[in-house]
Amino acid sequence: MTQIPSRITDWFSQKGWSIHPHQQDMFDRAQEPACLLIAPTGGGKTMAGFLPSLAELGEGGHDGLHTIYVSPLKALAADIKRNLRTPVDEIGLPIRIEDRTGDTSATRKKRQRADPPHILLTTPESLALLTSYEDAARMFSGTRRIIVDEIHALAESKRGDQLMLALARLQTLCPELRRVGLSATVEDPDAIARFLARHPDPCHIVQADPGPDPDIAMLQTEEMPPWSGGGAAYAIPAVLEQIKKHKTTLIFHNTRAQAEIFFHNLWLANDDALPIGIHHGSLERQQREKVEAAMVRGDLRAIVCTGSLDLGIDWGDVDLVIQIGAPKNVKRLVQRIGRANHRYNAPSKALLVPANRFEVVECVAALEAVKAHDLDGDPRAAGPRDVLCQHILIAAASGPFDADMLYAELTSAGPYAALRRDSFDACLEFCATGGYALRAYDRWQRLQQRPDGLWQLRDPRAAQRIRMNLGTIQDTDTLKVRLKRSRGGKPLGEVEEAFAASLTPGDTFLIGGQIVRYEGLREMVVEVNRRADRKPKIATFSGTKFATSTQLSDRILRMFAQPDWPQLPKHTAEWLALQRQMSRLPQRERLLIESFPNDGREHLCVYGFAGRNAQQTLGLLLTKRMEETGLAPLGFVATDYATLIWGLEAVTDPRPLFNIDALREGLDTWLAGNAVMKRTFRASATIAGLIERKTAGQKKSGRQATFSSDILYDTLLKYDPDHLLMQITREEAMRGLVDFGRIEAMISRIGDRIDLLRLDRVSPLAAPLFLEVGKVPVKGAAEERLLAEESARLLQAAGLAAQ
Amino acid sequence: MIPLATGASSSKERFMNFVDFTFCGQALRALGSGALWWPEQRVLCVSDLHLGKSERIVRRGGVALPPYDSRETLTRLAADLEHSQAETVICLGDSFDDLDASRALPAQDRLQITAMQAGRRWIWIEGNHDPGPVELGGTHLSEWVLGSLVFRHIATADGVGEISGHYHPKASLAAKGRTISRPAFLVNGQRLILPAYGTYTGGLRCTDAVLAKLMTGEAQAILTGSNPVKIPMPR
Repeated sequence: MTQIPSRITDWFSQKGWSIHPHQQDMFDRAQEPACLLIAPTGGGKTMAGFLPSLAELGEGGHDGLHTIYVSPLKALAADIKRNLRTPVDEIGLPIRIEDRTGDTSATRKKRQRADPPHILLTTPESLALLTSYEDAARMFSGTRRIIVDEIHALAESKRGDQLMLALARLQTLCPELRRVGLSATVEDPDAIARFLARHPDPCHIVQADPGPDPDIAMLQTEEMPPWSGGGAAYAIPAVLEQIKKHKTTLIFHNTRAQAEIFFHNLWLANDDALPIGIHHGSLERQQREKVEAAMVRGDLRAIVCTGSLDLGIDWGDVDLVIQIGAPKNVKRLVQRIGRANHRYNAPSKALLVPANRFEVVECVAALEAVKAHDLDGDPRAAGPRDVLCQHILIAAASGPFDADMLYAELTSAGPYAALRRDSFDACLEFCATGGYALRAYDRWQRLQQRPDGLWQLRDPRAAQRIRMNLGTIQDTDTLKVRLKRSRGGKPLGEVEEAFAASLTPGDTFLIGGQIVRYEGLREMVVEVNRRADRKPKIATFSGTKFATSTQLSDRILRMFAQPDWPQLPKHTAEWLALQRQMSRLPQRERLLIESFPNDGREHLCVYGFAGRNAQQTLGLLLTKRMEETGLAPLGFVATDYATLIWGLEAVTDPRPLFNIDALREGLDTWLAGNAVMKRTFRASATIAGLIERKTAGQKKSGRQATFSSDILYDTLLKYDPDHLLMQITREEAMRGLVDFGRIEAMISRIGDRIDLLRLDRVSPLAAPLFLEVGKVPVKGAAEERLLAEESARLLQAAGLAAQ
Repeated sequence: MIPLATGASSSKERFMNFVDFTFCGQALRALGSGALWWPEQRVLCVSDLHLGKSERIVRRGGVALPPYDSRETLTRLAADLEHSQAETVICLGDSFDDLDASRALPAQDRLQITAMQAGRRWIWIEGNHDPGPVELGGTHLSEWVLGSLVFRHIATADGVGEISGHYHPKASLAAKGRTISRPAFLVNGQRLILPAYGTYTGGLRCTDAVLAKLMTGEAQAILTGSNPVKIPMPR
């Protein structure tokens, strides 16, 4: 055991605290090249990360940067600065602490580069930006430690891949750098450790005492949940009762739109005028900060929120977490529950509220998984190459580089440890020339190889553009929403551009819990007025729609196999029993397909349990195949567990439809033109540097100069289908919105064990699908037909002839 | 006028998708591709080709976009010529993204332009991107008058019977919950503004003040696409 300096332990004693075993353990391992701490919230995780830094810096004599702390949230960096300041000042340690995020002023940033603090608190993007400067080596020289907070969250996104590439760069600049990761509970700690450590360094994992199991249950309500929908309006009275019984309640939702509707309904029923706030990523920053501040002061009894509160500042007084809608993912549920009661060793309290009948099953399955400590998660895929392309450009911005050395350096990053040289070379080629089959730009290469073999920017001014486009976070095209006033009214938040385009003056929608009336668009700002008397249209936010995890889907299928369901509410158990009697319940090793007529049309219900994105893709691919074979499909709708297709002809032999080779071919050919693929392409092309982010100024001026990225995709598909970015787009399509990987997994699991059941009417399990929103019409010419009908109507209304 | 091409009878027109309309007494046809066809004069008019755009961007230190835009634009133009058997082609300005781009055009693209020019009258109207003559065949003019119609790049305040481009107009239509936005022809009693024909071109909404001011009165928008449609111009 290494002795923690007495003035630090004395300070702990003064506060009436003691050093936790995992904090001591982390201190003992402070000299190891990499170490990962897994601890629940409230376990003194941050302090465990910083103790060695405080001890080393406390001895004095260290010049310049010693420790870099990286967190996914700007707010967290600022919060940690305050929290660290207290012990440092009270113990009297000679340590300078500063934060550096997108919000830091330019002068301050400049000074930090010339005269860095001992401890720098920052974000992955700001750190990557620092490595892009020519003086990076000087600024980072002597840095000893890097602490990556909330590494479990970073490891799930490209931000984490970018961070690990930046760490590889730092490690070259500061060979003595030691790495520390701080993580919430995860299903596969080894994977996070491999992600963090310099390949092939070992990384010890310190597991803190996870504390007592959470107190978690389903919310009991008078009313039964409805058959479909995601609003959970039926539960409002019961939720209000819970808010009254607790000090502070966090009410989590899966999407921003659902949070808005729920908040609106909650407010209408809030007869006691309890102080309740709303918090999500599309709200104006000042408004979010106001809610956060009120929360910290303890002024609010409840906050309706989304994943925007998954991470971040410790809310001391939260004593209840309510999850509205099925949690989709057990690990995230456990992490959310951890937001309640941050006192170490006190159980967190949480309630689940299913939004509809099927979600009752899913919630019960999730409860069982939490009790069994059975967390879910997908194995981490290899580091994506769009992030790699950006990293090569960042390296070029910092100065000339040697390709062999850069390759050696970045394969020391966990996510890129298995990267092949030819893969890297393709990315370098893309950065240098665009990598097109048509060698058009050799004269104007972005990167050029000098006679000495080093690569450099042809035009040094390009470095500035690279820095401006740095980062992997996708901003969708959103427009600001403001109250209409002569001098520009109060900003309320943002809506998606596509949603704004669908509005006509007089339309109403919800934002920040208020109903507003659309007045018009001025200089790319949506102007609105408050309007409380009309039923709102709903703002559409792009907030990620999570698919139910594979593990949770499996658990549901295992539950279906039970002879009866004592753990389910009576109404839900009866529903499943009726399904078993009328048809069959889906099984894990088989694929159940029901075929039945309804309302004059033939229906096909495919219970793939592959998650909503994969089920959606399956709908697109199957209807295309059905169209080719003359089954005349008319449309489909998908949920996390099934796809319902309707059409003119009944399917009698499903096997040819589920041929994996044919489906894969559909992905390569037909689905290639799909909007989802184009969105996927756009994200990767932006990260890789083919599409530049729009600045605020460009957004304001007219749009003539910019054109849709869809045109680039269509052009590549036609003239250069094997281009690197098209390869990356196909790789991305295996996950995310297209999620073809889960279709492949399902088909390889079931093989030819397909059961087609012909029923004379709708089955109980299929019935809710008829009520689902988001039906997709299957008509290649759908848009053209809509256009023709609508234009004829408009012309007629205007008293004009059609031609 | 003297027809330069031979044997192009009106029966040879094989357009699939178009909207016919009358403008200043002339029967005109808006093609789904964004080209304008004047059957009586056998004139095909296209605007804002912006050939060489990707080359210009990369030359100026921008990103290296897929270098297939000029080829794609010319391929579409060749198809319209094939279908129309036009005797005169008017490129309504901004045919090249800049004058250097006209010189840097790959040999294959130059050859295709020459092939399309063979046997036709070809008029390059100057635009703000290509304000001088280009080193390619055809006539270079700042504007051109035929009958009651005048062709120029940018609409003038008092133009009558004026056909222009420049603004890359687009119009959108909300139909059953989805918004469909397309490059569009804008037309009223006195002027007609063509959509941009080039592959890498964006659009300016017809609700924008500058277009709304030009297109007063009973203006209409013709949305391009595989089934072009005419609507009252959204304001």
